[in-house]
Formats: sequence, C-alpha cells, structure tokens
Amino acid sequence: MAGSIAIKSNTMVKKDSIDAVEKFSSELEIQGRSLWDDARRRFLHNKAAVASLAILFAVLLMVLFGPMLSQYTFDEIDWANMAAAPSFETGHFFGTDSLGRDLFVRTLEGGRISFLVGAMGALVAVIIGTVYGSMAGFLGGRVDNLMMRALEILQSFPFMFLVILLITFFGRSILLIFVAIGAVSWLDMARIVRGQTLSLKSKEFVEAAIISGANSRQIIFRHLIPNLLGIVVVYASLLVPGMILFESFLSFLGLGVQEPMTSWGALVNEGAMSMEVAIWQLAFPTAFLVVTLFCFNFIGDGLRDALDPKDR
Amino acid sequence: MKKPFKALPIASMSLLAIATSAIISTTASAAIVPEGTKLASVQELVRGNGAEPASLDPQKVEGTPGSTVTKDLFEGLITQDADGNVIPGQAESWTVSDDNKVFTFKIRDNAKWSNGEPVKASDFVFAFRRAVDPALASRYAWYMEIPTIINATDIVNGKMKPETLGVKALDDKTFQVTLEKPVPYFVKMLAHQTMFPVPEAVVKKFGDDWTRPENIVTNGAFTLKDWVVNEKLVLERNANYWNDKETVIDKVTYLPITSQTAELSRYKAGELDMTNEIPLEHYKSLKKQIPEQIKTTPQLGTYYYAFNLQEKPFDDVRIRQALSYAINRSAITDYILKQGQIPAYTFTPQAVAGFTPPATEYSKLSQKERDQKARDLMKAAGFDKSNPLKLNLLYNTSESHKKVAIAISQMWKPLGVQVTLENQEWKTFLDSRDEGKFQVARAGWIGDYNEPSTMLDLNTTTHGNNDGKYSSKRYDQLMAKSRVVTSDEERAKLYAEAEEILAEDMPIAPVYQYVTSRLVKNHVGGYPLNNVEDNVFTRDLYIKQ
Amino acid sequence: MAVCLPPQGPVTGLEAIPLSSPLHWFKLQVCINREGIHQTVPMFAFTIKRLAVAIPTLFILILLSFFLMQMAPGSPFTGDFNLPPEILANLQAKYHLDKPLWQQFMYYLGDLMQGDLGPSFKYKDYTVNELVAQSLPVSLTIGSVAFIFTVITGVTLGTLAALKQNSWVDYTVMTFSMIGIVLPSFVIAPLMVLIFAVTLQWLPAGGWNDGNWANMILPVSAMAILYMASVARIMRSSMIETLNSNFIRTAKAKGLPQRVIILRHALKPALLPVISYLGPAFVGIITGSVVIETVFGLPGMGQHFVNGALNRDYSLVLGLTIIIGALTILFTAIVDILYGLIDPKIRVGK
Repeated sequence: MAGSIAIKSNTMVKKDSIDAVEKFSSELEIQGRSLWDDARRRFLHNKAAVASLAILFAVLLMVLFGPMLSQYTFDEIDWANMAAAPSFETGHFFGTDSLGRDLFVRTLEGGRISFLVGAMGALVAVIIGTVYGSMAGFLGGRVDNLMMRALEILQSFPFMFLVILLITFFGRSILLIFVAIGAVSWLDMARIVRGQTLSLKSKEFVEAAIISGANSRQIIFRHLIPNLLGIVVVYASLLVPGMILFESFLSFLGLGVQEPMTSWGALVNEGAMSMEVAIWQLAFPTAFLVVTLFCFNFIGDGLRDALDPKDR
Repeated sequence: MKKPFKALPIASMSLLAIATSAIISTTASAAIVPEGTKLASVQELVRGNGAEPASLDPQKVEGTPGSTVTKDLFEGLITQDADGNVIPGQAESWTVSDDNKVFTFKIRDNAKWSNGEPVKASDFVFAFRRAVDPALASRYAWYMEIPTIINATDIVNGKMKPETLGVKALDDKTFQVTLEKPVPYFVKMLAHQTMFPVPEAVVKKFGDDWTRPENIVTNGAFTLKDWVVNEKLVLERNANYWNDKETVIDKVTYLPITSQTAELSRYKAGELDMTNEIPLEHYKSLKKQIPEQIKTTPQLGTYYYAFNLQEKPFDDVRIRQALSYAINRSAITDYILKQGQIPAYTFTPQAVAGFTPPATEYSKLSQKERDQKARDLMKAAGFDKSNPLKLNLLYNTSESHKKVAIAISQMWKPLGVQVTLENQEWKTFLDSRDEGKFQVARAGWIGDYNEPSTMLDLNTTTHGNNDGKYSSKRYDQLMAKSRVVTSDEERAKLYAEAEEILAEDMPIAPVYQYVTSRLVKNHVGGYPLNNVEDNVFTRDLYIKQ
Repeated sequence: MAVCLPPQGPVTGLEAIPLSSPLHWFKLQVCINREGIHQTVPMFAFTIKRLAVAIPTLFILILLSFFLMQMAPGSPFTGDFNLPPEILANLQAKYHLDKPLWQQFMYYLGDLMQGDLGPSFKYKDYTVNELVAQSLPVSLTIGSVAFIFTVITGVTLGTLAALKQNSWVDYTVMTFSMIGIVLPSFVIAPLMVLIFAVTLQWLPAGGWNDGNWANMILPVSAMAILYMASVARIMRSSMIETLNSNFIRTAKAKGLPQRVIILRHALKPALLPVISYLGPAFVGIITGSVVIETVFGLPGMGQHFVNGALNRDYSLVLGLTIIIGALTILFTAIVDILYGLIDPKIRVGK
C-alpha cells in the first residue's frame, strides 16, 4: 500500500515537472531560436567536436563509475604485486605503481581530481573575470579606466611564480590549488567580458529594444546575458584543459594534491620517473590525460565556431 | 629528491680516551692502489653531489653537498682514512697535557697552501676565531662549544672578543688549543670542516669573494678550478698538497643534480662516475642489470616517527605502543626500500662503534603477534573501528618519505586508525615540527659522531630536537650518568637500559636504520665500503683501466 | 581581421579574441590580449604611458612578494637541527632580519635603487646580482635559440597547414602540434633524454658546458616543441582567416600569383596573433622553464627561483621576481609597438 502511494506521488511529481520543463523549453525555444538553436546546429555539424564530446562523456563515466569495477581501492597496497605489469589475473588492469597500488583505480580516481581542478579553476576564473569585466563595462567612465589600469598592472605579474610561492609557503589543499590557478587566469576573461559588454551596450539591437520600450531588466536578460554567455562558455571550455595542465605542472614541482589522493598530473609525473622500468605507470595516465585534453580542445573549437557572433 | 634529513656527519668521535703521549704519524691519507692494478691514463672523476653547496668556506658550510667538497679542498689537523679512523693530516703529531685540557699540534713542514705559501699555525688561529665570531655568524659555531674551547660560548654570545678564544700559535708551525673541561674525543672532532684552516692573507684580501675559483687558495688534495652555480664544481689536483705524490685523481667534477632520475640518466649516459643516490623505483632493475655497481654502506642513523606527547591521545603510552607495534618494519625495508636498510627496533643503529643495541622485547615477536598486541592495546585505550583514532601524519616532500608514510598508514588501518597524510616543504615542515604543530611526524637522525650518545641524547628532556617533548626523569638520569662512568662496559650497560626505557615508553617509533647506496662505475677504485659517516675522499679513489 | 578598433573604441566581444588568439591555447603563460592601440595615440606618448604604468607595477610586485615571503613559515635559517638562540640572533643581525619589517623593506628598496639585490641567504659565497649575472645569460641563450627555432618552424608549419587545409599535411601538422600542446614537458624532456642520450648516446643527457652546441640541442628542442605547437596552430587559423578576408579575395581576383599573395599580403596580418602570443611566451622562454632546467641540469634562472622559494632565500627570490616582472613589462610593451608597426589598418589609418 505504502509503496503504491509512493509511486503515485512520484508520478505526480514527475508529471508536474514534465509540464514545467515543457513550458520552460517552449519559452526557451522562442527566445533561443535566434542564438542557441543556430549554435547547436552548427556545433552538431562539427564532427570532431561531436566525437570529442562523446569520448569525453565516456571518459567522465569511466572516471565516475570505473573504480567500482575493480576489486581494489585507490590507497590499498598489494604487497605481492609491487610495480607489477598490467594483468587480468591479478585484477590490476593497468598494473600497479611502485607501492603496489592499483593503477586502474588510481588513474580513474586521479581523473576525478583533474576534472575537478579543471572545472573549479575555470569556474573561479570565469566568475571573477565576468564580474570584474562586466562591472567595468557597465559602469564605464572613470571606474572603467581605473579597473583597466589595475588589470594592466596585474598582467605584468609573473603569476606562475606567485602561485609557486603561495603553495610552497602555505601548504597545499585542493581548495588552495583551485583558487590559485583560477586567480591566475581571470584576467583575460575580464578583458573580454568588458569589451563585449561595452560593445553590446551600443549595438543596434539593444538600441532598438530600448526604443521599442523594453526595460533594462529585459535588456539585460534578453540581450546582454545570452550574448555574454557565448563568450564565457567558449572561454571556459578552453580554460579547463589549461587548468588540468597547470595542475600537472604543480605536481611536477611536488606541489600537487595530497597523498594518498592523486591526479593525472601526479600520476604522469610519477610515471615519468620510472618510464624505463615500468612504462605502464606512464602510459595509462598519460593516455587519459592526452585524450581528455584533445577532446576539450576540439569541443572548444567547435563551440567557438558555433557561437562566434561574427558569422551570424 | 634531495636527501631531506642529514645533519652533517661530524668526524667520528669516541669517548675512548686518547693517550696523553704523542702520536706519531704512521699511515698517510692517500689512495691505496692494489698491486698489479692498471691505472687509466686519464684520471678524471665525475661525482653526483645531490644539491648545490651553500658555501665552500669551511666555516660557512652547511649541509652535506658543501661538506663533501670542502673535504677535498681543505684538510684539518687530522683527517680520516677510508674506513673513518683518525689519521694525521696537516699536523704530523700532537701532545696532550696530563689534565687532558691542552692540545699542542706540530704542523708538517711540508704543509703548504696551493699558492706555495706554508700553512701556518696562525691560519688555524684565524679559522678557529672565525668560526665563533658573531660577525661571520657561522651556523656551526656551536660545534666549537661542544669541546669547551676556552671562552667559545661567551664569544658566540657576543660577551667576549674572538681574540680571547683558547687557541694560540706558539710559533709558525705549532698550534695550541686549551679546553675548559677534559673532552677526550676532541682530537676526533678536528676532522670536521668547521675546524679546517683558512688562508688568512687571502681571506682578508678578497673578503666574501675569497672562495671564487680565481681567488681561492686551499691546503687539501684538490683546489677549485671552476664553479658554475647549479651546474658544476671542478676541482683540480693541488700540486702543493703535502701528500700529492700519493693522490691519483687529477680532476674531479661535482654535479649538483637534485633530481634522482636525472642523475641516473646521466650516469647511464656515461656522464657520471658516481651517483649521490639511487631512485627507489629503479633499484630492482638496477640490481638485476648492474649489481656490481651498486655500493651500499651502513650509515649511522635511524629513520623514525615521532609522537607528539603534548597532544591527546598520544600522551597515552598504549596508543604509542600500538602504533609502533603495528608497523611492519621488514615489509618496509624488504618491499619498499629494498636497499639493505635494517628494520629498527631500537633508536641506536647497529652501525655504531663499540655498542650492540639490545634486542628489545617487541623485536622478538612475530609481526602477527605484534599486530595482535597492537589491537589489544588500542582497544584498551578505547579506540576501535567503531570509534576510530584519527591522526595526522606529517612528512616532508620526498618520494621515499611519501612511500613509507603511505605504507604505514595502510598498516595502521586494521587498528581502526584513520590517517590523514600531510606533506610540507622542508622548511615549513621543520617549522611545524619544531613548534610542535603535529601529531605524528617523520624524522630521521644521523649521528654527529660515532658513539651511541649522539643518538640517545636526542630523547633527553632538554634536547633541541626532542620535538615530541618526551620527558623521563629516569632516562635523563641514565644519560647523565653515562657521561661520568669511565668503563666502556658500564657505559654500554647504561645505554642498553636507556634503549629498554625507550621501548617501554615508545616516545618515538624507530622504523629503519639508514644505509647509503649509490652507483659507482666499475672503473672507479678505492670506494670505501665501511665509512659509516659517508666520508668519501676523492684522494682515496683512482680510475682503473 | 578582428583586431583593429575604431579610435578609443573598446575591444568587442569575441572579436576581441581572434579565432587564432593565443587565449585559446593554454600554455602556462596565459596570453595577454590587450586593448588595441588606437592610431590616435602616437607611439611616443604611448611609450611614456607604458612606463608610467610600469613603475607602480614593479613597486606593487616588490611589495607583495616581500611581504608574502615574510609571512611564510620557516626561515632561511631553519635547518636540520635547531640553532642555539644566540647563533640565530647573530645570523638575523647579519641580514637585518632583527629589524622591524618596514625598516627591512626600506633597506631593501634603498639597495635596489643602487642596483644591489643584496646577498643570497642560501648561497653564502654569492650576491644575488652575481647569481643573476651567472644564470641570466644561460636562460637568455637557450631561450633565444629556442625562440628563433620556434618562430621559424611554427610559422612555416602553420602556413603550410593553412594552405593545404584539410589535406594530410594539415592533419599531420595539427596532430603533432596538438600532442606538443597536451603532453607535459616533464614527459617529453625525459623521453628525449632516454632516447637520444641514454639509449643512442648521440647527445649529452645534461649540463651546460659553457653553451656547447651539443648540450643545447636537447633542451632547446624540448622547449621549442612546447611553443612551436602553439605557434603552428595559431598561425594556421590566423592564416586561414586572413586568406578568407576581402582584401585577399581582391588580390586573388586581380590574378596575383599565390606566392605574392601570401608573402606580400597575407603574412603580415596573419602574424599579428602570433606576435601577441609570443610576447609573453618569450618571457616564459627566456626566464627559463623550471622543468627543462631541472631535467637537463642547466644553471638557469628557473631552477634558482624554485630552489630559492624552497630555501626561503628571500633576496634571491625577490631579485628574480623583480627581473622577471621587469622583463614581462618590457616585452608586453614591445609586443604593443610591434603590433602597431605591423597592423596594416593601424598604419593606413582612417
């Protein structure tokens, strides 16, 4: 009895939400046909980008659920199989590292961290950059001038070095790494968003909207945000692989994530140290890293081509 | 990548009293080339040195990279043979007063600086004063305070002038040191670079720049030819060295390669004759391919984990014992390190001279029994899987520390211990450890001189490196007593008792006894295998054909 | 071309990032995509303006790094064993560390004005000036050679790929450059050592040897691969974009031979994005890649920086930060000027 009620209420909810989604999407269509539909069509036309998206999705699935396929955990030491080559008999599909930990699980676990670092780093950069850039653009005048001078000053900073200093001095936490990397990369984002905001403010369609009596809320949400979003999405998709590579550089310096957690950068670095004696320790993490970065690149290309307003 | 813990090995000292009569030179410091060995026509050696030396000025050196090079460039009153025994250096003989306080050294007539000037007693006076002078601020000023050279402490503290130090040049070739207390191992301490002479005239002329290749003047078997920071140090044979005729190597190059893998690549590519270390990951395959090139020497040092007794629940001896028992030491030495390290159940390593550490009770059990005991103790202390002990394990950034830490945290897991690993950069790490900002921390101690007290003193209440703040009255009393007893046997008994107290209270968990292992090409002869302080003098080496 | 702007006009939207912009390629030096130079600002005034910005920038940089260092746990004198307090006090007095912070900063600034970066805390036998004098030429030499190599091969390959768009040439070039971009240099460099030094024994595995050419080949190639890949990609898309633009179509319609079109008309505008990438990249290249220097044991500035940070060698790290900061400022300015010289639209003026 109780079960059926639950199911019933579930379906109720489902129906409600389906209605809502339908309503929403129909609204979206009216508004989006001009921009997003076009973009999607163009993106889907780009074979490399679509294939990359599929592969990236597969990698993501593996990273999320793959570890369940193994009998080992990411930090367990297999004393009998240290630095062992890949083997299906022992269940170490990718072999083990020099401490006898299963590389299959570690590679996938490391992928989670790498994705997280990439996504979070890009997010930090995008948020700071968008807020800063759009503020400068909207406010204009003296404030804009001042903010742009500050940006110019920041751009002359050897930021990579500051990040190294920060992490060597104050220890490492994943959070700090995200913030540090993100803090380095928002400058360009800010500049782009500001430029876009400024130009949009004076575009004919915005003027037309003003003349036809649209209020500023409508202008912002109908016209400015969708146009800004394109750039932000493109830029973010290009930032993510950069973040992942930067994390791997930090790992090389020994400043990466804390053991026993790992990342692709850390795994690749460890693998590079023993490539003559245990090539699998390098090959598997590197393959994952390279494939993922490739995919992000193609997707970024595809998105840019699809969203570039110049072609519209 | 760098060897993260290495206090400078100080010349082997023992409490064995040195005879009050004069000691006449019998052996010489030189390469001993076996009969029938064919020497190569080119005698050039390239050594890996681990890192860039902080300085080549004997009184400013800190860290192993610098001390290794200065030991080739300079020579003290005495020096060591390949096995670490004391042999005469710049002094051909010395006498000790009856009260063991006044040491008078006769400097060799043929002891010369590389510019041909004679080595004078005044050079030693100058160097000894420099070492304690606050203006120079030597990190090793404390080294002059240990043998209680008159006024050393007051000079370091700025209360007296350096000129009041208890050293004197009786004439050009006679140097005298006066101590406040009789310290029988003083002569052995003279092999350390802090007590090396420096050329007074040259130092005064060039100031801080005197160690540059174009300025430097040395009295050791070699002299400095070229120095590129972070790339190389090139030393050439010093024709004016008193025993130059027995030196074989003409040129030695030190490479400060910090990355072990890079060092190995260059060794394999034939650019290095001797590495500084061997990367763990490669040891197994190297052992298979070139076993004869791996040289392993026991070292006077112990790798251990320190518990912070100021922090709950590590003030509970049961917790400390349980954690220590659960460490499967032979698994670490046999499966992870694999270079001949010895599992440690005492703080004093077996390599120490004149003392065999006792077999502590827990060392006699099997690992299974120890694990069982550990579980019982943990339960008794109120922790199990449902109420896990959470602890933070601190170590400094390095591949091998990381591996040991990961392995040990896995060994503690069955006890229901949840370990958070935390690695910090060397300097940050030292800071945390000194200030007691840790729960369990990795540590290592390399003996300063070849005698058990160099290790055991560390656990006394007032020792500067007793980071866990262990304090036991009984232990302190034992160590104090060991200084006054005269018979070696009696002293050994006291040391054994001290070890038993450590095993009982477990303020630290010894993990393994250090070894040094490096790769040495087959054509390098004379590599010492018994020097537990890891002093490898280039003048003792030669290149075979 | 998307780069040129109306007088005083802002950079607009995606037009601000030309398809080929370095922004899209993610090397460690995140590219500097600056506001366009307006033709109304004369070059001289512009240079003055840049200088005016440079000085406060440097000052802030020094201030920030100085106090960041002081806040760090550990000191240059933390060591294996704890120093007796009196020895520590002597050391601190020697380096003015016993003075209040602001006073230390004034000391530092005072010395800096006279071009003195102070003594190194770690390398007791050297001053920072000497360490810089020793390491900068090494980084400069390796960097310049790698840079020239990068530009020539990158631009050639990129142009080639653009001309033979979607042919096997294009695909090969793009695949290789993609690999160059996504493979970390700490994989590429040891791999090269393993192949060319350890296995084949053709080239030395490391060392500098006063700039011996044999010692330079591997590090220069490892460094160049990194940047070459980016340059080739940027060049390719920029060239494609240029070739599709109206003025090239006009030139084609006029029946000019392809060689002339490319060399005389297309190359210059197509180079613009490459230049804006190379400005910051050049600083990156010459200040030394830490990775390359570590793997090949080169005595350059990158190693000094990382070791300096680890050793808390305050003066060394500060000195290097200032020099690298100054170089960054200098080269972004040079890029701006080059941009003005090369951009046809700016030159023609409206």
